[in-house]
Amino acid sequence: MTSQGASGLVARIEAHVGELHIDLQLETGHGPLVLIGPNGAGKTSVLSLVLGALRVARGRIEVDGTALVDTSAGVDVPLEHRRLGYLPQDYALFPHLRVRENIEFALASTPAAPAPAAHAQRVAAMLRDLALEPYAERHPRSLSGGEKQRVALARALCVEPRALLLDEPLAALDVHARREVRTFLGNYLRALGLPTLIVTHDAADAQELATQIVVLEAGRVTQLGTWDELARDPASRFVAEFVASSR
Amino acid sequence: MSRGREGRLRNERRALAASGAVLVVFLAAPLVALIGTASYASLQAGLEVALVWPALRLSIFTTVTSLVLVVAFGTPLAWSLSRASGRFARAIETAVQLPIVIPPAVAGVAMLLAFGRRGLFAGWLSPLGVSLPFTTAAVVMAEVFVSAPFYVQAAASAFRRIDPNLILVARTFGATPMRVFARIGLPLAAPGLVAGAALSWARSLGEFGATLMFAGNLEGRTQTLPLAIYTALEVDLRAAQALSVLLVVVAFALLLFVRGVMRRWTERTESP
Repeated sequence: MTSQGASGLVARIEAHVGELHIDLQLETGHGPLVLIGPNGAGKTSVLSLVLGALRVARGRIEVDGTALVDTSAGVDVPLEHRRLGYLPQDYALFPHLRVRENIEFALASTPAAPAPAAHAQRVAAMLRDLALEPYAERHPRSLSGGEKQRVALARALCVEPRALLLDEPLAALDVHARREVRTFLGNYLRALGLPTLIVTHDAADAQELATQIVVLEAGRVTQLGTWDELARDPASRFVAEFVASSR
Repeated sequence: MSRGREGRLRNERRALAASGAVLVVFLAAPLVALIGTASYASLQAGLEVALVWPALRLSIFTTVTSLVLVVAFGTPLAWSLSRASGRFARAIETAVQLPIVIPPAVAGVAMLLAFGRRGLFAGWLSPLGVSLPFTTAAVVMAEVFVSAPFYVQAAASAFRRIDPNLILVARTFGATPMRVFARIGLPLAAPGLVAGAALSWARSLGEFGATLMFAGNLEGRTQTLPLAIYTALEVDLRAAQALSVLLVVVAFALLLFVRGVMRRWTERTESP
């Protein structure tokens, strides 16, 4: 069942989520793969299935050759052991913990939590890497949207996840912050080179963040390609309108 | 024309307020009488009646014990209920809330039938030399029975108010269920848990019916404050009044405390 030469996050999924029947294949490679589609197409459900919050009926999910789900072999790694970084739309920072404590919580939660010295070093490195040092002792409620997103990234990345899953990463930001944060996020994710799956409903996000775009309609993939390919030859009315909405 | 309409609006508003006022007066009158007719001297004399202090000591001991038990077992239960969504969990939740609607006297009979000398568990308890009815343990059991549902209900709704994404994200790091419960669930629900504990404590402090049926009314052993009020009423109205004022003051302080905690919590969770 392993796809030859497949890289990054590879998912072949069949599942029932409410009324929706999901049946799709996708492969992130090592650049961000952006998932677009009309409301109710199953975009967020796909994230939940990969994450392990929803159950796959049939199929296989692997990251760089490691199977997380393989229904034919009875493999279903529990959510806690999948080592996938997840950024929900509102970033879900723990409101009662300071920025530093948010990151420490993640690190200390891993099954193989590092020794205290290495632990502190890693937290410091993440704070530095995402320019969060000035905010380390602040609570999330006092941060801007973009700052919150960087904390969420630092927190997700400190446990060295196999892949990143981002649900509408820019939807919580106001229009002014959005452009700047989008540019930062795009550069950061490309430099990171981690298998990344991003769900968005925003054309500008897709254009800036995606290496490849997957179009999901009613639980199925209706088109796969780069932004330019989608723009040149939209396979459905939804894609045509989506591409047009960024101009 | 428009003047007539305005008058009608005003009259209807007044009629609604007046109907509400009837209830307010009715609710306030006994409390006003209880506190207003008590002189300092008679309160003092009442508190010197022999049965007052043993009852107060027993009430404090049993309600604190039952509160500890309710919180220790009720918190994990409330957490599990708030995390589950199946039909089974809903059935359990309904069952746990049943003591709220069961009359306390019925609860007392039920506890006798379960833990009494000829009760359901007598076959296990009596060989061990354990006899529960008419002991201080029976008082605690009655209090747990009637007060636990209040705590579990408040705790479960406090846990449900936690953003599910916080729990989901914690799990993606590899956090175990116990860690998620202790480090995310407990601190974020803490004000709701405290408020629930205060309500539950107030309920067991006032517990009367089930205690009387299952534990009896033995001074120093099972005679809690409400039972002492009942007994004092037959002997000395002043003592009954003094004890009642004491209970009202404690209950009112609890109410203020709960409202204060809830207000601070709402402010905290609603700030962005």
